Amino acid sequence: MKLRTWFLLPACLCMAVLFAAPFAIVMAYSFLTRGSFGGIALPWNFENYQRLVDPLYLSILGRSFLMAIGATAACLVLAFPAALFISQAPRHKNLYLQLVMLPFWTSFLVRTYAWIFLLRDTGLFNTALQALGLIHEPLPLLYNNGAVLLGLVYGYLPFMVLPIYATLERLDPSLVEAAADLGARPLTTVFRVVVPLSKPGIVAGSVLVFIPCLGAYLTPDLLGGGRTVLVGNLVQNQFTTARDWPFGSAVSIALMAIVTLLLVIFLRRESEPLA
Amino acid sequence: MKRWLPVYASAFFAFLHLPLLTLAIFSFNSSRFTHWEGFSLAWYRAIFHDPQILEGTWNSVVIAFWATIFSTVIGTLCAYGLWKRNSRTLTGALYLSLVTPEIVSGIALLALFQWAFRFLHWQLGLYTVVLAHIAFCIAYVVIVVSARLRTISPALEEAALDLGANPWQAFWYVTLPALAPGILAAALLALTVSFDDYVITSMVAGVDSETLPMVIYAMARRGASPVINAISALITVIFGVLILISERVRET
Repeated sequence: MKLRTWFLLPACLCMAVLFAAPFAIVMAYSFLTRGSFGGIALPWNFENYQRLVDPLYLSILGRSFLMAIGATAACLVLAFPAALFISQAPRHKNLYLQLVMLPFWTSFLVRTYAWIFLLRDTGLFNTALQALGLIHEPLPLLYNNGAVLLGLVYGYLPFMVLPIYATLERLDPSLVEAAADLGARPLTTVFRVVVPLSKPGIVAGSVLVFIPCLGAYLTPDLLGGGRTVLVGNLVQNQFTTARDWPFGSAVSIALMAIVTLLLVIFLRRESEPLA
Repeated sequence: MKRWLPVYASAFFAFLHLPLLTLAIFSFNSSRFTHWEGFSLAWYRAIFHDPQILEGTWNSVVIAFWATIFSTVIGTLCAYGLWKRNSRTLTGALYLSLVTPEIVSGIALLALFQWAFRFLHWQLGLYTVVLAHIAFCIAYVVIVVSARLRTISPALEEAALDLGANPWQAFWYVTLPALAPGILAAALLALTVSFDDYVITSMVAGVDSETLPMVIYAMARRGASPVINAISALITVIFGVLILISERVRET
């Protein structure tokens, strides 16, 4: 065997044992029955997947989709002008890019916790507003859907900025000048010329934000305070408190199927998406 | 437009950085409430007197150390093996491991370990966390090292082979040194990703292997505390420095 082929072996082994095998087991569990003491038992059946279309679970899935779509849309609206600014900056581009990336590489847990510190009843916002005399009772800012949405947007914003910036960087500036010469106002140029031309970046960024938001667990758990149950929390709950591994497995497989489908559609469009 | 864009960008960067900055500022507050009372290092002292935090930090360091070493070696070899030749199955699996929701990876690994323990009478512990971390760090390493490989001319290695080096020597003496900055950057990335992980870790950690993120999570669930502010500030500064180093190294 050639040396390069040997070099692939450890990675293949790791992916087989620590990625493919666990999924084979989860896949198998999803067709089994819950045991009387929480484990798994025979017979094989499709009941776990039938339970997925129960209105209760469909509403959780629907809420996760809405949350992920909302977070993606908010990221797009917030990130586009920022990416435009960086791409047009005459200097310090690298500094701006590092400023975008820096909070992203610091701990995700810490960044989520920061919002607990800011939003809770005795947090910075409520304390400041009360000190200014604007409110008398603390506002319920934390432990609701809005806080979860905010946490997701804050967490995944850099994923949207970078791909959009990358396409804007490659944009031919003469096209923008042509639009201006032909009498388009700056805003018209942005919406009719720049936005359509940066579509690949917008699509890439949206996929990169949507996928982690759909399966988010930590953000809804900490900022939703257990009130905002998304599909990630449903999976965790089935494997811990509810002790229904087969159903939890079926939810996981369904979630993975959606994520894989999105990834495949995306990879078809782009040749080198993540590199 | 020309005037508004910088204004917007300032607000955007403030939104990204102010939450962490205020968190850090209030870690020096002498009061445990969010009124500023005076400068104090009491919360930093408290970190070093909390056995749970110290043990969690030690566990996290041990796990991140081993996970980084293994994933960097395996990932670098893999990136080299995939150079100029693609294996769709392996690349697909790596991408998929990157986009799999963490909670799903966590329960899948838990299911694997529980299943294996029926035959081997082992228990969840530090090593199960290390294995899980290796699994999700490899993809990051492969991506960073592959990016570096694309900047290296294959002619270098071909020249070494023409001059009589065997493939192993060509790799060890020619390509690997050229890859070094990329490998170091990848290792630092793996280190931070491993040190930070909560979701997967919490599923596969044994009772004796609580990590720092697990300690922080448990404290954050009970509400905010100035001690978490202090740990957060420390982690942010250390991570920030590590990442800046890795960026510098990658540019060389």
